[in-house]
Amino acid sequence: METVVKRLGMWALVLMASIAAIALTPDSGFAIHMGIVGLVAVILIVATATSYDPLAKAQSIFRMPPGPGRYDDDPVRWGVIATMFWGIAGLLVGVVIAAQLAFPQLNLEPYLNFGRLRPLHTSAVIFAFGGNALLATSFYVVQRTCRTTLALPGTARFVFWGYQLFIVLAATGYLLGITQSKEYAEPEWYVDLWLTVVWLAYLAVFVGTILNRREPHIYVANWFYLAFIITIAMLHVVNNLALPVSPLGAKSYSAFSGVQDALTQWWYGHNAVGFFLTAGFLAMMYYFVPKQANRPVYSYRLSIIHFWSLIFLYIWAGPHHLHYTALPDWAQTLGMVFSVMLWMPSWGGMINGLMTLNGAWDKVRTDPIIRMMVLALAFYGMSTFEGPLMSIKAVNSLSHYTDWTIGHVHSGALGWNGMITFACVYYLVPRLWNRERLYSLRMINWHFWLATLGIVFYASSMWVAGITQGLMWREYGADGYLVNSFVDTVEALHPMYILRAVGGLMYLSGAIIMAFNIAMTIAGKLREEAAMGETAHDETADRPLPPLTAQPAE
Amino acid sequence: MTKRIDEPTGTEFVGHEWDGIEELNTPLPRWWLYTFYATILFAIVYVVLYPAWPLIDRATAGTLGWSSRGDLAAEMRAADAARADVVAKIAATPIEALPSDPQLMQAAVAGGAAAFKVNCVQCHGAGAAGSPGYPNLNDDDWIWGGTLTEIEYTLNHGIRWDGAAETRSNFMPAFEGSFDRAQVNALAGHVLSLSGKAKPNATGAQMFADNCAACHGAGGEGLPAVGGPALNDAIWLYGGSAAEIGKQILAPRHGVMPAWQGRLDPVTIKMLAAYVHSRGGGQAPAPAAPQPEAAKVAAK
Repeated sequence: METVVKRLGMWALVLMASIAAIALTPDSGFAIHMGIVGLVAVILIVATATSYDPLAKAQSIFRMPPGPGRYDDDPVRWGVIATMFWGIAGLLVGVVIAAQLAFPQLNLEPYLNFGRLRPLHTSAVIFAFGGNALLATSFYVVQRTCRTTLALPGTARFVFWGYQLFIVLAATGYLLGITQSKEYAEPEWYVDLWLTVVWLAYLAVFVGTILNRREPHIYVANWFYLAFIITIAMLHVVNNLALPVSPLGAKSYSAFSGVQDALTQWWYGHNAVGFFLTAGFLAMMYYFVPKQANRPVYSYRLSIIHFWSLIFLYIWAGPHHLHYTALPDWAQTLGMVFSVMLWMPSWGGMINGLMTLNGAWDKVRTDPIIRMMVLALAFYGMSTFEGPLMSIKAVNSLSHYTDWTIGHVHSGALGWNGMITFACVYYLVPRLWNRERLYSLRMINWHFWLATLGIVFYASSMWVAGITQGLMWREYGADGYLVNSFVDTVEALHPMYILRAVGGLMYLSGAIIMAFNIAMTIAGKLREEAAMGETAHDETADRPLPPLTAQPAE
Repeated sequence: MTKRIDEPTGTEFVGHEWDGIEELNTPLPRWWLYTFYATILFAIVYVVLYPAWPLIDRATAGTLGWSSRGDLAAEMRAADAARADVVAKIAATPIEALPSDPQLMQAAVAGGAAAFKVNCVQCHGAGAAGSPGYPNLNDDDWIWGGTLTEIEYTLNHGIRWDGAAETRSNFMPAFEGSFDRAQVNALAGHVLSLSGKAKPNATGAQMFADNCAACHGAGGEGLPAVGGPALNDAIWLYGGSAAEIGKQILAPRHGVMPAWQGRLDPVTIKMLAAYVHSRGGGQAPAPAAPQPEAAKVAAK
């Protein structure tokens, strides 16, 4: 009873603080955010006072097995659902902004213009879709490879729900025009502070579980997860150092200015790719590929060497985002050479993933989940070759500021991060919900081909667009004068922009098929379908027809 | 302890196991290792050749002596040198004399076209066809005159540009409150009748003579000397419907163009004038009659 009163008091305090903030702030966006916080407090007050448990209710809606099983998988199940939800949302916004670029009339001012939807798309796919996939899989993998349950179960639940609040505050903030204008770090100071709290709690749960492990060694996937969690904490805190104009308003000013600010931002931005989208997802790969293939990891030695070289080299590569800018030449040089040296350490992960299939390559034919993993690793290898290539200054002078960069990012994001996440979710759902198998394997096949074709449309249209754009910008006539105006290049890219939107739509369609498949699996349904794999061979039909005999004329 | 061997690959296991996952003790692939070494070697050579290591108050300069600023300066010098002859010749030629040297005029038009793409397309459009509020530069309707000298003057000093003392400027009075709705309709009807788009009406004609002819000319032929737009050629800056003309009578909009003197060098401005003049509507200077509008009236 005492704890109930204490909790009620705490939520009431939060509610009063949010009401006070709404009353005192001159900033309407900030007021709406405080309203969201107040609403969360009200829900918690009602739930605590009436001992009504909305989570238990929701868990029965999603047919989650009751209570913690042998492993503590509740946060994992929630994470899988959140991954699917934010994934569809993020991809949908991506298709919308791709259409806006092709048809600017689709910009609906002010809330749904490209400027506000673009960070919504990037944050939704990276931090909401990717972030929830990392949360869910890390909680799943760390328990199993440490042979113990989560160290701080209550904190793990706070991490999940606190992270969702961060996503909601960030996403609504973009639509309201609240941004500190740092790419992939747009949320303002109070949302950043909240994420810091959540992230440190995540670190505590993860490290605590590793410390409780019942295995003598720490599995390679956990090295990668830990590197991801620690480095993201450091990047997030340093890049978001800022002074709020007022405690009652959204606006803040960065602690850095000028080229220092730019370099800090791209040190952050590049390593958000390096540690969030590479290290974290390699961790997923290191658990789920050997599990699904039922094969040992190809090389322990390679995993050590490529882990440490990747971690050491990645953190220095950020300046390649600032080639030919006010950044001093020496920093540009270092950014470039560290990126070039990063090529093989990145490929170490691809080799270890692909070669793990040695002895099980036939599964590529019969198992659509393995096929997705192989495609993910292939795109991982391609983008981690393309990245060092584009960091070379001579290449960068053509590719920078063009759609080539967008194509590069999406071959990595759609091909690597998307496909490996889809494969992991397909692996997880039947196990988490105690289902015999997925609702349909053939639907995964549809998803696979839609997504693959979508990526091909997306990446190839952006390569063509980017190189066209770069060449047109630098085209000089025989008399030494510029040939194209900017708007000429925009006009030339229009067909490519339409193809890109088509590719994005195909990728989204695949994800919608997946969401249906997952929903039906959770509902406990099984689709009746022919098994994947071997084509039936009917030996009795494998022979010529009897010879024709001449018919007598009547 | 005997090492176990993985059957399909013939490689030995390391011996660890997590949740059923084991690891093989495969050595690093040689091609991987040597390519990694090669990239490291490349990096070492590169940081010796190029600026790389930060010191206390500067950075190592690299043995090639390369710098991005120096690189840019060298490219700019080369580009300037390649154009130096033509630029010097254009600088030395008064703008009205350009057409007498067709080759030089052609070079000036080419340079003007490039400068136009960077500085002018934002308002006047990539094809110089303008848009509502931004004049079309391809036709022969010139608000402030269409000879090379007049275009160059407009470019140098801008239109209603606050920062330029000699900017071209005029203001049409707003007739909001002076005319009632019927009067505005009559006047707009008369303006349309000047280009044959409506029937003439006496009320409108009288109002035009009293209020408009001083700047727009008795027949609406315009007065470029004071920037009075022609109203008799069916070319409209803010739209040619009776409603749009009425709106302009009641509350005129006044476009602004920046003065480019000081932002662009004189040769570039001269080339821009040549390019705009060449778009199709450029007027020849009228030596006989110093007033361009008088020549235009006489031609009619």
